[in-house]
Amino acid sequence: MNRTTVVRAIEVHKSFGPVHVLRGVSLEVHAGEVLCLMGPSGSGKSTFLRCINQLERVDDGELWVRDELVGYRLHRGRLRELTEREITRQRRGIGMVFQRFNLFPHMTALGNVVEGPLRALGHNRADALAAARSLLDRVGLSDKYDAYPAQLSGGQQQRVAIARALAMQPHLMLFDEPTSALDPELVGEVLDVMKALAAEGMTMVVVTHEVGFAREVGDTLVFMDGGVVVESGPPAEVLSTPQHPRTREFLSRVLG
Amino acid sequence: MPLRHYGRWISAAVVLTLIALLGMAFARGGIEWSVVGHYLTAGAILHGLGNTVMITLCSMALAIVLGVVVALMRMSANPVTSTVAFGYIWLFRGVPVLLQLLIWYNLALVFPTIGFGDFQTRTIDVMTPFMAALLGLGINMSAYTAELVRAGILSVDRGQIEAAQAISLTPGQIRRRVVLPQAMRVILPPLGNEFISTLKMSSLAAVISYGEILESAEFIYYANNRVIELLIVAAIWYLAVVSVLSVVQHFVERRVGRGFQHSVKRTGRSLGRSGKGDAA
Ligand SMILES: Nc1ncnc2c1ncn2[C@@H]1O[C@H](COP(=O)(O)OP(=O)(O)OP(=O)(O)O)[C@@H](O)[C@H]1O
Ligand SMILES: [Mg+2]
Repeated sequence: MNRTTVVRAIEVHKSFGPVHVLRGVSLEVHAGEVLCLMGPSGSGKSTFLRCINQLERVDDGELWVRDELVGYRLHRGRLRELTEREITRQRRGIGMVFQRFNLFPHMTALGNVVEGPLRALGHNRADALAAARSLLDRVGLSDKYDAYPAQLSGGQQQRVAIARALAMQPHLMLFDEPTSALDPELVGEVLDVMKALAAEGMTMVVVTHEVGFAREVGDTLVFMDGGVVVESGPPAEVLSTPQHPRTREFLSRVLG
Repeated sequence: MPLRHYGRWISAAVVLTLIALLGMAFARGGIEWSVVGHYLTAGAILHGLGNTVMITLCSMALAIVLGVVVALMRMSANPVTSTVAFGYIWLFRGVPVLLQLLIWYNLALVFPTIGFGDFQTRTIDVMTPFMAALLGLGINMSAYTAELVRAGILSVDRGQIEAAQAISLTPGQIRRRVVLPQAMRVILPPLGNEFISTLKMSSLAAVISYGEILESAEFIYYANNRVIELLIVAAIWYLAVVSVLSVVQHFVERRVGRGFQHSVKRTGRSLGRSGKGDAA
């Protein structure tokens, strides 16, 4: 395959104090690919995702995003840890959507979406607002520009959160169980937005238990357990003929 | 039907009777209300009122600046910094304000001159009643403010900071744009109350001869012996200013509460929506 690699993890380790959470995660995400990450609770899915945009620091191993080593730069032939400011810059191409939305409650939907372009990218106000409006239109919220998060349903809030991430014009989107906190009837509207995004060619890493989404939209399904990748492959294959007993056990529980 | 509420009627009658008796006592107590009326707008009283408002504003400003600094120090990962901040709060919250005012005012007794190196001045010239009142009240309040600010900052959900990091805001931007506005919502109501206490506490500065309203009243009654009348004048002004501050506090709280008080609407809306009515 000749596609550019967007994320390359090589034996990534991460511990929280004595708890060794990631025990050598290796995987690759290619441009335009949708990679779905599944696995039991506590297997380290969120931790791995958070390492990619440096909400957590990798302890050992290598994590590359495009051609940059995450968290480090080369200085006179030696690797130096990035400063806070450099980390901020390195995060710039990566959008993240959280399980609990994490919208800024004191800003309107539009305010949430323009915040990044205005402050982090330094775009001028008129352009940023126009772009933010069209993003909110795109996620089906053209009538909610001025609503505060507390006035929106969970599904609407998550769509604002997606628009907020997209406003940074990311080349990579990370989703951490974006529909797990939603009432069942609101899951569809968020997945629809994500499907559209995938169809436009966005590179996505999605932690999810939505088997239907993984099968329909995912290019690769990675199954994690105990801080390592246990199995990966095309979703249809992994879902129908899982090779590893732990994958089988997990899927039998998820699929009921 | 109304007869059911005996209790309410009786207690209301008792309370009103007591108020009426109290009113009559004051009316017959030989208070010269015309004197009260006369001095309410006397030049000396208004001047004292101005000083009261002035020292309150200045002390509060000092308290907020120091309070934010001490709160940030208290939360710092550096154990020396956070211990120093802890000691500061312990000390200035623990010693009564009146005592702190007296200590600042009498500092010249132990430090005749103050300054850096060659720049020395006499403490007595620097530590005016205003200065002593400002330091005494401001530093005392800053210890309380530090705790309020810290509680406010800690109340902001960790996920808010992560979301701000994820859209590449710098640490400074995160503090200004995300953490502080949300912390303010928690900090402002108690800070408003603190403001009002500072106003009232500033009357203590009369003992170090700062010319605030109580001291002005005292000066007048030393001369004319209308003690209660002048104390009532001061009380009326305190009540007036406190009332104005309470109204301001109400509006400020409403302003920073934006986005936080719509839960009622939200319920109505989510009940009203049908499935994925406006889905993408
Ligand atoms: N900040 C932290 N401090 C200490 N332990 C942590 C921290 N974050 C995660 N952990 C621990 O790391 C382990 C993996 O957590 P992680 O959130 O990555 O799992 P997950 O696969 O996302 O699980 P879930 O499906 O429940 O979200 C858990 O045991 C968790 O308790
Ligand atoms: Mg998780």
